[in-house]
Order: sequence, then structure tokens, then C-alpha cells
Amino acid sequence: MEQPGNPTEQLQEQLKIVKAESPWRIAIRRFAKNRLALIGLIILVIMFLLCFIGPLFSPYTLNQTNVGNKNQAPNAQYWLGTDKLGRDIMLRVMLAGRISLTVGLVATAISVVIGAVLGAVAGFYRKYADTIIMRIADIFLALPTLPILITLGAILSDLKIDPGKRIYFLMLIIGLLGWVGLARLVRSQILTLREQEFMQATEALGLRDGRKIFRHLMPNTIPIIIVSATLGVAGAILTESALSFLGLGVVPPTPSWGNMITAANSLIDFRKRPWTWIPPGMCILITVTAINLIGDGLRDALDPKMKSR
Amino acid sequence: MSESVVTTEKKPQAGKGEPLLQVENLKKYFPITGGVFQRRVGDVKAVDGVSFTINRGESFGLVGESGCGKSTIGRTLLRLNDKTDGKVTFNGQDLHSLSKSEMRDMRTKMQIVFQDPFSSLNPRIKVGEAIGEALVDHGLVSRRDVKQRVIETMKICGLAEYHYDRFPHEFSGGQRQRIGIARALIMNPEFIVADEPVSALDVSIQAQIINLMSDLQSEKQLTYLFISHDLSVVEHLCNRVGVMYLGTMMEMAPTDELFSNPLHPYTKALMSAIPVPDPTVKRERIVLQGDIPSPANPPSGCKFHTRCPMASDICKQQVPEYRDMGNEHFVACHFA
Amino acid sequence: MAKELVEFRNLETHFSTSAGTVKAVNDVSFSIREGETLCIVGESGCGKSVTAMSLMQLIESPPGKIVGGEILFEGKDLLKLNKKEMSRLRGKEIAMIFQEPMSSLNPVFTIGKQITEPLLYHLNMSQKEAKARAIELITMVGIPRPEKIFDSYPHELSGGMRQRIMIAIALCCDPKLLIADEPTTALDVTIQAQILDLMRDIKSKMNTAIMMITHDLGVVAEMADFVVVMYAGKVIEEAPVLELFKDPQHPYTQGLLKAKPVLSQRKERLYSIPGQVPNPVDLGDNCHFHDRCEFCMEICKTKKPPLRTHADAKHKTACWLYEEEGKAQ
Repeated sequence: MEQPGNPTEQLQEQLKIVKAESPWRIAIRRFAKNRLALIGLIILVIMFLLCFIGPLFSPYTLNQTNVGNKNQAPNAQYWLGTDKLGRDIMLRVMLAGRISLTVGLVATAISVVIGAVLGAVAGFYRKYADTIIMRIADIFLALPTLPILITLGAILSDLKIDPGKRIYFLMLIIGLLGWVGLARLVRSQILTLREQEFMQATEALGLRDGRKIFRHLMPNTIPIIIVSATLGVAGAILTESALSFLGLGVVPPTPSWGNMITAANSLIDFRKRPWTWIPPGMCILITVTAINLIGDGLRDALDPKMKSR
Repeated sequence: MSESVVTTEKKPQAGKGEPLLQVENLKKYFPITGGVFQRRVGDVKAVDGVSFTINRGESFGLVGESGCGKSTIGRTLLRLNDKTDGKVTFNGQDLHSLSKSEMRDMRTKMQIVFQDPFSSLNPRIKVGEAIGEALVDHGLVSRRDVKQRVIETMKICGLAEYHYDRFPHEFSGGQRQRIGIARALIMNPEFIVADEPVSALDVSIQAQIINLMSDLQSEKQLTYLFISHDLSVVEHLCNRVGVMYLGTMMEMAPTDELFSNPLHPYTKALMSAIPVPDPTVKRERIVLQGDIPSPANPPSGCKFHTRCPMASDICKQQVPEYRDMGNEHFVACHFA
Repeated sequence: MAKELVEFRNLETHFSTSAGTVKAVNDVSFSIREGETLCIVGESGCGKSVTAMSLMQLIESPPGKIVGGEILFEGKDLLKLNKKEMSRLRGKEIAMIFQEPMSSLNPVFTIGKQITEPLLYHLNMSQKEAKARAIELITMVGIPRPEKIFDSYPHELSGGMRQRIMIAIALCCDPKLLIADEPTTALDVTIQAQILDLMRDIKSKMNTAIMMITHDLGVVAEMADFVVVMYAGKVIEEAPVLELFKDPQHPYTQGLLKAKPVLSQRKERLYSIPGQVPNPVDLGDNCHFHDRCEFCMEICKTKKPPLRTHADAKHKTACWLYEEEGKAQ
């Protein structure tokens, strides 16, 4: 009998039989066709190379001050100039990138793990588990993020935590505050999926809950997890920058893009020495834009509506 | 068509074995909620007091139109749904009183083949794994031997070894249905519920699947509950048939008895509504008037009286008794 | 003999896909005569729906495109009409009903609004006239209490009722041709019987030609005057209905007839056509059925059989079994 749908859809349905490709391969192919997303990916890769490998080629070291060369405009020796302590801005931007990108990635990883697991549990078991988890999510959603972060930042400062360790706390805090959106997405996806016939089949086969969740349900939510995680990295980088800019996130001497822009707070630096704050600002802008482009591309490539049945 | 048409001769009478599955007065209501507080405002009586027995080795057919509750029965007796009332006994055990882990063990004995070969397979799991995962999960076969077993089963179901590493979307409807059958079969079940397994398939593929299912039955001594809206498929495959309408069993009889001597007006109408692929036959057909009433608000008395050509006053007031007419023929009609 | 209303001449509708070109309709020719019911029968993907959509010019482009042939409607080539002329014709001269009566009705408008719309657009009726005509039509398709139905919304009706409404909408401008794409597939058998009766009734009353697309040979036997069997984008056999069922020539047609279980003709085993419908991409110039055919010969694999008359004057078959070249082997 006919599959419902117009002839074009039927035809596409038939063609799927022809193509020997996994759903992932199809998504990758679609992604590769998206020019903007590819540009984003290339930029992001360059950014990573610059931040993680670039410093190895620098003749300077991180906290090497050279008061004689302070406040130099970009020149052949210091490509992006120096700051008021005579530190090389180029090197600092690259190392700041390491911190910012790491914070973004780790914080997102934390919120993805929490969000996906809680969302899956809520969606799969429903009833009490669902109610409890979703009410907690509501509470988190009702917390004003920025004031909380500022308060927590102030507490960290008060506890006199070593600046090097401080970033770990920062990752944890940003991660803990960011899981709610994903948990809701995963939960709703799983609620839909568990009504599908193939989930009834797993019930009829008597599979264990663990297998049902992790082998059957989760792989079908991975597309939205990937998309949401990608966009989450951009958000985490922005949050980290904002906090560091306010002096509550990563604190000097550890550089981060956010706290480097703090230079713009000083009127003289802002007007006379744009090289101190434009490079980190541009880095944030470029990185976040690139990640968002990739996220959009991934969303199109993995769109559940186009997903093969 | 001068095929060897067997009109009167019966299929091997397998219906004489001991009872494997007994359904007693099974009821399944789905609540209708409404209002701001999602209060229960009524019930969809999907299955409303149905009883039947399936003997070991036979195939029992359930026929009826949409909304008659035939699929709900299939799912409820596998405990994919909870029942509202009644009793389902399988091999002497009351299924709905089993604990979760006892039921899990029981599932290896009873399996289901779904209607929609597209949505009943997880799009992200390779065919080989989909077929074999239950074996591993139940610890029936060691991980090393699974592949061997899967490939054997795939071959029995008409699939090739190279299909093992493919994804469901690379298969046509008929092949997917074979995968679904292999998945059910690999556990060596005694009983299989086949919920409209061929109604989503093309005619030429339907015949392949029907033949496969009847071959498997005789090879493995399977017992089927075959759910379908298509009387001709049921007639071909089943030893006994039950006809349902709006959650109630209207008539039940051995296949040949039912088709040669239908007693219920609904059965007669269903039989005459099927278009016969022979333009020279111009039958006088009984066309039922009106639509199937909603199971949320079924008619009083005999549920069929709103459409029945024979209906009289008694039908509106009194629920007809489900009577034994001899020859294992049961019917619920005042006039039978 | 009635006049020809529609004539397909070597119609070619192709879809371009990433996997290659799909010749969904591949050199299809047949005609529909006035007042006749023609059934196109075939399995999913055989091109029967695409043929109808090509006639209505509702093929989505891209990926689809009518690349060749002619579709003559009362002698005019529809493929040469511009958009505006075609949309005048659609709904007025040629109307169509679909398989899924729910998705072809707009859920936010009342039934009345949807029936009167074409009356206002095509026939320039006044609101009042249109309403009167609409109620007449609803009555004609066998729905009681037409005034009440006129003001109800699609979701308030059952599937069978919705299909009746679709038929009423299709009939409102008294079309010469009614295309019905699997009109009863989504319905229950007892409702299907009602709809088929209704369509037969309408045909005899209004003398509308019907082009009916179906996969069900039972429906064909009940409804058709003339049958076209399609397989993988090609017409493989066409004949008047009695002739086709009495003497099916193409092995595929024979197989289809044998594969269907028929009530009270129980066989020990159903005949089944082996294999699957072929991959529609880049089919060769041969008989597309050859790999499933039990009579396959060498010539079938290399050369495509012509659609030709063999016994009866109106019975054409595309099969090498009936050709001199084939018999020689």
C-alpha cells in the first residue's frame, strides 16, 4: 500500500532505500554543503590552533614584564604591542584564549552531562522523577543568573582562592547553572520518542531500562544535544568573559579574554591604546560567531524533521 | 484463476491442542481528561469485556474496523498496556499479576510483530544489533555466539548476511517487516501477536510475508494472534476468527464455519464490503449506513444497532447475550 | 465509442536526486474517454500518483520536472498552458480528491467556506447562490443535515464524511474529469463500500470521467471500465476491465492477481512475486520486471519491450513473451 504523502515524498522515501549511509554520514554530508557553517568551523579550528599551539612559538613568557617596553604600539618585535607592564599582548591573547575556550568547553560538558541525564530520567520514568527534576529545573530557571554569578564570584574572592584554581570553580558554577535548557529539550524529546513503536518493541522484548535509555533513547536525542551544546559553548565563553570583565571570574595575573578587556575601563587605554583591548574583544566576537555558525549548520544538518524515519 | 483453490477443505486442525492463552472478560478503558485540572471526564472503552482462548499451535484471527479495540487487545495481553479489568492467563499463569522481573522473563515466550515497519525499528540501530540485542540483554546467548544466531535467524526470515551491518532506512517496507519478524523470532517464542503485519505493504510483498509467517508457524509450532482489518488475509492464515466491533466480540468461530455460515449481520456486512477482484461478479452488497460510533460514547444495547439492517427495539435496549451456537460458533445477536 | 477526453502521449516526468535521475514516469501513453472510469493500478513507487500529478501540473519543481511528452485535454496540450490558464482549469474542468481527507481540508475554515470557495472563484457566483449550491452538493454526496455540516469544521467529521466533503468540493464546478488518488485507502472497508457506491452513483448521474489510482485489484474490478497497470514508471499492460481479469497477459499482472488472498477462495499457499520493486534510480533500457519474472529471457534483460496489441484490439501488453523476437528464443 501507499505510504501517505505526496509523490515527491514517496519517492524520497524510496530513494532512502538506495543510499547505503548511516544517519550520521548523511548529517555530515549535509553539514559539508553548508558554506557558512564550514567557514565557522575553519575559523574555530584556526582559533584553537592559535591558542593551544601558538604560544609555543612565542619568544616571550606569560608574566615576563619589561617595563622599558611598556605601552608600545604594535611593531615588528611586539606584533600586537605591549601592555602597561610591558607584557606581549599577542602571547597574552593566545593564552587567554586557552583559558576562555577551556572554561567554555568544560562548563558546557558539565551542563550537558547533567542536563542530558536528568532530562532522560525525567522523560523516561515520568511521574515522581519527572515532577521533582522539573521543579528543580524551574527553580534554577527562576534564579537570576548574573546576580548569582556576581555573588558567587565575590564569595570566591572573599575565600582568597588561588587564582590558578579559581577557574575550576568558575567552570563548575557556569556548568551547574546551564543545564536546565538542555534537560527540558531532552525530556520533551524522550517523551515523544517513548511513544514510538520501536520503544514499544523494546518493552515487548523485555529489554532492561538502562539499555532502553542509553542505547535506544539517547542516541536519538544526540542531535539536539550536539546543537544545544555547541551553542552552549558560545554562551559559556560569553558568561566567563562578562564575569572576568567584572573582575569576578578569572582574575589577573591569569589572562582571559574577559579580564583583558578590562583595560578599556581605563580612559587612557581606551582612547590611546586600542591594541590593549581590541584583540581580546575581537577574539570573543570571532569565536562566538564561528561557534554560532557551526551550531546553526549542525541544527540544519541534524534537523529532526528531516531525520530519516 | 485456475489455481488449486481449496474452498471447503480445512487447514490442518491445530485448534485441538491445549489452551495456551486465555483471555477472560478483558476490559481496557482509556481515560478522557478534560477541563483545566485534567480531571477524568469519561472513558474510551477500547476493549469492553472480551473473552477468548487460543490453543497451542493455532492461529487466532481478530478482525474489525478501526476503533474496534483489536490492537488494544494485542497490546494489553502482552502487558504493553495495563488492563482495566479481567484476566489474561498464559501457560497457566496470570500475566497481570506477575512481578516486573517475572514478566521480563515471560517476554521471551511471547512476542509481537508491529504494523508499521518504519516506526517499529529504531533508525539509529543497525539491523544485526536490533535483532540480537534482546538475546544478549536476557543473557540467553553469550556475546560471542550472538552474531551467529542473528545471521541464522535472518536467513530463516529471508534476509541476507550482508544486511547485518545496515541501518533500517536502507530497507524497503517488506524487508523491514522481515527484520521485525526476525527480532520476534530469535527468542524462540511460543506465542506471537501479529498486529496488522501486512497492511502497510504492497500486494506482492504481502503475499511474501504471509507465506513466511505460515512457514514459520509450521516449522516452529508457533501460536499466532493475528490482528487485521482484512478478512481475506485472516481467512487465509487463521484457524479461528473473532469479529470485533466497538470493543466487543460480535462473533467467533472456526474459520471455515465463520465464512461459510456467518451469523452476525456485522460479519455479513464486512464480508460483502470487501471488493472482489473479479469484474464478472456483481453481487448485491450490504452497504452499512452511517459511521462507526465513537468508542467514548458507544450506543446502548447492541453496539451495532445504529448501523444494523436488522435492528429492532430490543437491540436498542438489551445487550445481546454472547451465545454458543454449536460447532464452536459463538455470536452476540438477538436474531442469530 | 466515446470521445477521448485526456490523452497522455509519451509523458516523461523525472526527479533529480542526489543519487541520480529517477524516471518516475517513463514514456507513458494512454487515454481516458469521456464518461469512463479508468483505473491505474500498481504498487507504491510505480509512478501512478506522479502521472496524475503531472496531469494536474502539481509536480514540485525542483526536484521534479516534466521533461517530455504531451498531455492533451480535449485536444489542448496542458503542458503548453501558462500558470493562470492551468489554474482556471484545475478545479473547474479537472478536479482531484486525495487519499488523506484530513490533510486535504484546511482545519481552520468551515466546510461551507471550503465548498463555496471554488464556486466563487471559478463560477463567479454570489455568496447566496454559492451557499445554496453547496448545500445541494452536500446532500448529493449523501450527508444528512447539510445545513449543520455547512457550518462545522473538518475535525468534527469522521474520515468517511470528510472524504464525502472532498468529493462534494471536487464536483462543485461539474468537472469533466475527476482524479481520485487512492480515495478509500485510509478508510475502513464498510466506509470504503459507501464511498465507492457514491462514486459510481456520481459517475452515472453526472457522466464525469474518473481517473482512479489504486493498489487494490478488488476496487479496480468494481469500479473500472478500463485498466492501466504500471510498474516502475512504465505502463506494462492496459485493457478493458473484463478482458484484463479474464486474460491477464503480463507476468506481473498475473502475479498481482494471484498474490491477493480472495475471500472464500482459500489456497494452501499464496502465490508471491519474488524480490522487490527495483531501485528507481538509473533504470536501464530493458524490461524493469525482468529480475522478478519467472519467464525472464535474455532479451528481457537488454531490450525494453514495446507496448503493443496482441490479441484483443484494446488490450496492449509490453512483454517479450508475446513478441516475435521473444518467441524465437
